[in-house]
Parts: sequence; structure tokens; C-alpha cells
Amino acid sequence: MSEPTPAPDMSASGTPVTDTDTPAAPAPGAPVPAASTPGAHIPAHASAAPAYGVRTRRVSRPVRAALWAVLLAVAVAVPFYLEGFWLQTGLFAMAAAIGAIGINLLTGATGQLSLGHAFFLAVGAYSYVYLSSDLGLPTPLAAVAAVAVAGVSGGLFSPIAGRLKGAYLGIATLALIFVGQHILFNAEPVTGGFNGRPVPPLELFGLVFADTPELVVLDVPFGSLERLWFLGIALLAGAALFARGVLRGRPGLAMNTIRDHEIAAGVMGVPVARYRAGVFVLSSMYGGLAGVLVALVFQQVVPDYFGMPLSLDYLAMIVIGGLGSVAGAIAGAAFVSLLPQLLTRYSDALPLVAEPGSGGVSPAEAARILYGAAVVAVVLFLPGGLAGLATRLGRVRLKELRWAKSAPAQASRR
Amino acid sequence: MAVFLELLVNGISVGAVYALIALGFVVIFKATEVVNFTHASLLLAGGYVIARLHPLVGFWAALAAGIAAAALVGALVEFLILRRAHVGSRGVLAIVTIGVDILLTTELTRQIGTEVLALGDPWGDRVLRLGPVTVAETRVVALAVAAALIAAFLLAFKFTGWGVAMRATAEDAETAALMGVRLGRVSLGAWAVAGALAAVAALFLCVFPTPGLDRGTTAAAMKAFPAAILGGLDSTTGALAGGLIVGVTETLISGYQSELAFLGRGIGDAAPFLVMIVILLLRPSGLFGTKEPVRV
Repeated sequence: MSEPTPAPDMSASGTPVTDTDTPAAPAPGAPVPAASTPGAHIPAHASAAPAYGVRTRRVSRPVRAALWAVLLAVAVAVPFYLEGFWLQTGLFAMAAAIGAIGINLLTGATGQLSLGHAFFLAVGAYSYVYLSSDLGLPTPLAAVAAVAVAGVSGGLFSPIAGRLKGAYLGIATLALIFVGQHILFNAEPVTGGFNGRPVPPLELFGLVFADTPELVVLDVPFGSLERLWFLGIALLAGAALFARGVLRGRPGLAMNTIRDHEIAAGVMGVPVARYRAGVFVLSSMYGGLAGVLVALVFQQVVPDYFGMPLSLDYLAMIVIGGLGSVAGAIAGAAFVSLLPQLLTRYSDALPLVAEPGSGGVSPAEAARILYGAAVVAVVLFLPGGLAGLATRLGRVRLKELRWAKSAPAQASRR
Repeated sequence: MAVFLELLVNGISVGAVYALIALGFVVIFKATEVVNFTHASLLLAGGYVIARLHPLVGFWAALAAGIAAAALVGALVEFLILRRAHVGSRGVLAIVTIGVDILLTTELTRQIGTEVLALGDPWGDRVLRLGPVTVAETRVVALAVAAALIAAFLLAFKFTGWGVAMRATAEDAETAALMGVRLGRVSLGAWAVAGALAAVAALFLCVFPTPGLDRGTTAAAMKAFPAAILGGLDSTTGALAGGLIVGVTETLISGYQSELAFLGRGIGDAAPFLVMIVILLLRPSGLFGTKEPVRV
């Protein structure tokens, strides 16, 4: 892989961009020079969003672009090298990341706790199955509709989601889990009851996301996991970019203000209840999307999966990754979903972790204990989570290397 | 009618047990404004100690040990973790308690495994006949103990120095601290009390007619959450009322399940949550909760 390494790139154009940043920042409206640089739309947001999540922007823009390019290249290359087990794990991590971004909008950015996220994953997954198998919708349409259904069910909860705040809402959303489980087990014509239902593969522009019509790319057989991998990346990227846009724009500011001071938000003209309800709907749609992806990867939906522990996992993810940041949600999702698989895979090489069923600490249990501890440790020792850690490390390195005269850009954000 | 009465009595006694759990929950919330999701695992811890110790030291000593252990775990959680977590919002602390809960519950359910542990209580499966109504003795004891504990607690809340300190803290922590209330002790005490109450509740959740302590017990403990919130998180009276509402709803609906077959199997487990939603729709801060007079 001969991707452009970050170093030459940033030394070439790193400073100019920060320079254009500074003068334009005070007057964001008029003189944004559309012709000057392709990246010239930054000033507008640099001045408009001194929000929480933006603190991560300490690394200059081209470096970030290069990093993204490398990341993308790695992501594209992965299915050619890794075996199915890791692809599946990665796909679960992507689905988890989408869901975690959604719940981070709600919990991290708006300060509303939800323990009912697993319910919306279930709604997404089961709606997809029902709409495509029973109603015969084309599968992409069914997927979109499933996300919409998740949003609608979040909207139905909005009389409560809009009025309750913080941990109150957390307890109220427990109802979604218990009632949801009840429905999943009992509405057998739709949900298939205890055994669940098989998931029809997605078919997009003639490409079927399944193993059957064989497909070989560069001598690598592309089964369902390899194909879904790219779908997962696209969905995750879209979900992340959208959430970033929300967080950095006016809605993000409003959400953070609601989290930090409800009354102040109201005084400044933010419709608090409507925002709370709206974010809840948005985050339930993220949950629905994650559910659809999980269903596609799993190829079978079972009610047991969508229980209380899943919701707790999601909360653990966003705390470990960093509350209120998109990158944090992704990092946390990766951590929480990869950990059990890593422990399972290497259980014989690890001390204290035993084979499942042999009486010792099984890998799944070890993983839960580890990330339960991680949640506590992050709050005690690492405020800001993994995302915060990355920012801090980045800042230190920038200082050492001295090519970061990006202080003006920071100042404009103060 | 006899069936209805029987269910009602059972429901009230189960409800009293839920009220015990919810009370601990409310105490912590009042003292520290933290919504404590660790509660289910405190309960499991208490029950586990009772179950493991009773063959060795007899039931009563085991019960005392269980109560002490759960109180200790609660106090340790407060002392080692919550006190040291410097976070901006109480919501984050709630998530921390979820982390602690994941830790404790995973370890305890691992210890319990697939077993169903008996708690060795002296009441066994004896039943009491009051006219046409048959009630398990354990239920009667549960009702009596819960009523006594709740009454004692409410009195202590009103009249002891500890109770006054706690109420002062709940009212205005800063002023209370200036008046010489030691906030650390208040919250430590609250957590210990909540743990102790949870252990007592664990006992009654796991005796006859329930088979015993198993890994599903946490799910039963979860029902105390709607109890606490539908009564109002900051109201002890609310915890009592909420516990009774949840207990009676659950028992009645489970009891008449055959008539309610169209709602599906196991509706009794979901019913408390449905009731909670209905009540929250009508009164967002619960039946007895303080309404925040905030309107912009």
C-alpha cells in the first residue's frame, strides 16, 4: 500500500490553510473566498461552533486528510487480507459504532440517558425482516423504511423523551426494553418468537449481499461478509459525517446548552422539549440503522440479543470512547465489540481467562468485567475517554514537533 | 373474590419488598442526586452472601452478614468510586454506576452460575389461611418486615440527626455543608443504608414461592426502578406507593394471565413498566415527586 504518508503532505500545505483560517474567522459571513482554497469553508464553522466536540481539531487539516486517506485505504484493503471471523467482528463493531454515535448524540451531547437503545436496534432489525419478507418490499427500500420505523417508534416515545431529563429518562427507557422483549417473544407472526427469523440478504443495484452468486475480486472470493464490509463502511461514514454536522452546527450548540444548563438554553430560545424529543428520534433512527446492519451480518434476528445487556454495552461504549464526540463513539464501539472476540480468540494464551464452560472466567465474562472496569477507570482517570486521550496525545506531539503554530485557530475558537 | 383477595395480599407484600428496594434508591438520590443503577447488583451481593453463608453459620447470622456485606459494598462503591469521580454532570455518574453494575453483576452471576441457591429461611413453604385467603408465610413476614423497616426509616428520617442531615443535604448541599453537615458521611451513609435495604429485599425476593437466588434475580430487582420513578425519585412516600403499585399490578396481571391471554405470555413482567409509562405521561415527575418549577 503506497498511500501518501502524512509527513510530506502537511509540511507542504499545513501552514497556509491555518493562515487562511485566521483572517477569515472574524467575519464569517461575507468574505468567505470561494475561489481562494478548496477548504475555505472551514472559517464559517470555526467561528460558529466553539462546541465541545470540536476541541479535537488540533491537528491541521491536511494531516487529517492524509490520516483519513490512510484509514480509508486500510478499510478497503481489510477484506482482502482478513478472515471471515474478523470481518464479522469488524462488521459488528461498525454496527455498534453507528448505534453508539446515535446514543452519543442523545447522552453525550444532550445529556439524556437512554437504556432503551437495544429496543430501537430491535425495531430496525425486525422491521427490515418483516417489510422485506412479509410485505415484499425491495430490500433497500425495506432497510430505509426500517430506519424510519425506528424513528417513528422513537417519536411515539417523545412525549416522555421530551419531558424527562437525564437519568429519569434512563429509567423510563427501561420500559422500552422490557415491553420490547415482551413483544418480540409474543408477537410471533411478525417476530418469529423465541427462535427469531432469518434475514433476507440485501440486494442493491443487482449486487446481492450474500454468499450465493459467487464473486471474486482480485483472486479473493467475496462472500457476504466481504460485500457487507463495504456497505458497513459506507453507512458508518455517512452516519459519522451526519452526526458531526449536527454536532458542529446550530443543533449541536443547542444540544450542548441543554445538557449544560437547561434554563439557559430555554432563555436563549432553544425549544428544550422539542430538541430533546428530536434528538431522541434521531438517535433511535441511528439505533434502527445499526439494527438493520446487525441483522444483515447475523442473517438471523433473535430476541435475546436485543436485551438489557446490549443497551448497557452502548452506554459503556460512549463513556469509554468519550462522551459527546463522534470519534469517541467509534473508538468505544470498537473497544467494546472487539474485546470479547480478542479474548475468545486468544483465551489459551491469556492468563486468568479460561475456556468457556471450564469453570474459570470465560472470555465473554472477562470482557464484560474489563469494560465495566474501563467505564469506571475512564471516568476516574481519563475524562474525555479515548477521544480525549487522543486529543491530549496529539497536543503533546504538536508541541514537541513545533510545526503547530496553529494557536490562532485555537484562539478563534475560544 | 377469594382469588382476587389472595392476589391482592400477595401483590401488596411483593410491593412492600419492591418498596424496600425503591426506598434505598430514593435515599441515594436524595443524598447525592445520583441515580444508582448499581442497586440490582447490591441486591444480588446481599442475597449471594446469605445463600453461601447460611449452611455454615445458620440463617440469622447469614442474614446479618448479608445485610452487612451489601451495606459494605454500597459504601465502598461510594467511597472508592463516586467520591473520586470528578465529572460535570450527575448523568455521567449514573453511567459510572452502570459500569460498576456490569462489573459486580458479571462476577456474581459467574459465581452463581446455573445454580438456584436456597437462602435457608425458617419459613419454608408454609402457608397461612385467613378465612378463604391462602397466603405464603414468607409473604406475610415480608410485608411485616418491610412495613416495619419503612416506618422506622421514615421516623429516622424525621427525627434523628442523620435524617436531618440527609434532608438538609437534599435540600441544599452547599448550605448544609456550611452548617457543618459532612456531605461525605451523609452520602456514605445513604449508600450503606441502600445496600442494607437491598439485602433485606433480596431475602424476600428469593424465598418461597420463588425457587431461590439465581442469575435472573437482577431482573426482578429491575422492577424497583419503575417503582422508584413512578412514585417520584425524590420522595420516600413515592417509593412506598410506587412499590405497592408495581407489586399489585404485577401480581394481579400475572394472576389473571389466562383471562389476559391476548396480551401474550409473561405480560406480568412488562406490566409495571407500562404502568410507569402511563403515569409518567400524566405526571412527568412521578406521583409524589417535587415538580421543578422551571418554565422559560
